[in-house]
Amino acid sequence: MKKATKPTINMRRIEEKVGLSLLTLAAIITVLPIILIVAYVAWQGYPAISMEFLTGFPRDGMRAGGIFPAIVGTFWLTIGTAIIAVPLGVAAAIYLSEYAPENRWTRTIRIAIINLAGIPSVVYGLFGLGLFVLFLRFGTSILAGSLTLSIMTLPIIISTSEEALRSVPNSYRVVSISLGGTQWQTIRRIVLPQALPGILTGIILGLERAAGETAPILFTVAAFFLPRLPTSIFDATMALPYHLFVISTQVPGMPIHIQYGTAIVLLVFVLSMNTIATVIRSRARARRQW
Amino acid sequence: MREVSISEFIISRLIRIAGYSAILFVAVIFIFLLHEGAPAIIEIPFSAFLNTRWYPIESYYGILPLIGGSIIITIGAAFIAVPLGLATAIFIAEVAPRWARDILKPMVEVLGGLPSVLLGFIGILVVSPFVRTAFSLPTGLTAFTGALLLGAISIPTIVSVAEDALDAVPKTYRDAAMALGATKWQIIWKVTLPAARSGVLTAIMLGIGRAIGETMTVMMVTGNAPVMPTELIALFRPVRTMTATIASEMGEVANGSVHYHVLFFIGIVLFLISLIINLTAASVVFKTKKRAERILS
Repeated sequence: MKKATKPTINMRRIEEKVGLSLLTLAAIITVLPIILIVAYVAWQGYPAISMEFLTGFPRDGMRAGGIFPAIVGTFWLTIGTAIIAVPLGVAAAIYLSEYAPENRWTRTIRIAIINLAGIPSVVYGLFGLGLFVLFLRFGTSILAGSLTLSIMTLPIIISTSEEALRSVPNSYRVVSISLGGTQWQTIRRIVLPQALPGILTGIILGLERAAGETAPILFTVAAFFLPRLPTSIFDATMALPYHLFVISTQVPGMPIHIQYGTAIVLLVFVLSMNTIATVIRSRARARRQW
Repeated sequence: MREVSISEFIISRLIRIAGYSAILFVAVIFIFLLHEGAPAIIEIPFSAFLNTRWYPIESYYGILPLIGGSIIITIGAAFIAVPLGLATAIFIAEVAPRWARDILKPMVEVLGGLPSVLLGFIGILVVSPFVRTAFSLPTGLTAFTGALLLGAISIPTIVSVAEDALDAVPKTYRDAAMALGATKWQIIWKVTLPAARSGVLTAIMLGIGRAIGETMTVMMVTGNAPVMPTELIALFRPVRTMTATIASEMGEVANGSVHYHVLFFIGIVLFLISLIINLTAASVVFKTKKRAERILS
């Protein structure tokens, strides 16, 4: 039955060696730039970091001083996104994992979530401008920006939370129901606590994405230069990613160390969220009883 | 039958509404894009869109150069991201020892989490000077620079989806092949990859979708020149994508003007492209699930 052209054992060994080395090389080529980028930004940016840079206001048309308003702005946008997207996203995940029947409607919900995840971020920006800023008259404001970022973040939170909820063994639910618990009691006291680390990981990864995005906030909240802090949710604000965009493309004669300084603050903001998520996940995995 | 309390009833209703909200959001997004973008079709004859000149100040709204810009950069990014992403996914799923996997997976996740504005920033200061000197070009802000960085942005999507697909191939398949004397390389090519085919295709599609929709990086590093790319050499010249056009011009147009409507019209085009890509990906996912259920039953 064997074909005559089958390579000899030796050829196969060489083929395997070469192939596997190529795969290893590809993985290294993929990962190496990540290390280089992070290290390079850190190396170039850390001399710019000082108390004044972190807590001061920009001066001289942003060519001197600090980036405090941008840090505060990104902080509030992240909080605003969390307030809107977390309850909605986790509730939607609970529906899909615990309540939804397997029918056409549920499938439509899943397709909608996949589509939400794929919509380009600048289209979210357009939508936020059309609905929140203009139609609902929120103006360029933290409210409009947070709402836009929330809808963009939603699919990440829903899909990771649903996965976490589904991984809780069914026997947990069966035992709770058989002891007389209602479905909601079962979810709140048994399933949610078990799935909490996974849900938290998803929330943080979603918020990390929201904190780093620029395109959705371009027309909905971001201010080019605003030398004061926002006082209400109807105020515009500066934000770290938009600030980095502005000072690296729109302002001529910008000192390079301020650019790298802003980049490293943004990088630390994002990487620390990423690290927290990774730690929560690996700890939960180590402690899991199932 | 257990008595269901009022609060339980209300909570389960709220949860169901939250579940259905995803459909609502997709619909509302599309309706608002249509509402703001559809007037463009009335204000401008359709043939004017299919023009190769984009110069809104003098009312030239040809979107072909923008579509061309998006396509050339996306193809370039795919040439980088698909082989590297798939190879990395195969390495992680099939070859790497445990310690290497524990390093690689979080690293790829970090790349996925890097803000696109940060990659654009690196692109301006590091990648584009490198491209300029390496190919001795007048400017380093070219389609090629954009494709390099977009490739990096698409890789995490491709790796994570493809790796999931490879992981889902039952271990018994590999064991059977190994028992027949196949090498690891043969198992990867003749057993695992074919078995994970649909998931791998989904990974490639989602990666390309990610590349088409990316905004900040391409806006910062591709030079923003709305020129129709007609030859291969255009890869080493400045171009401009649909996404970058919206992002760079929306801030300066008057609400309700023709230009404003046209930018929303481009948004509709982008929305439809992502819709097609994701519906195709979703149908592949659901089809394979059905097949798996059939085999198991």
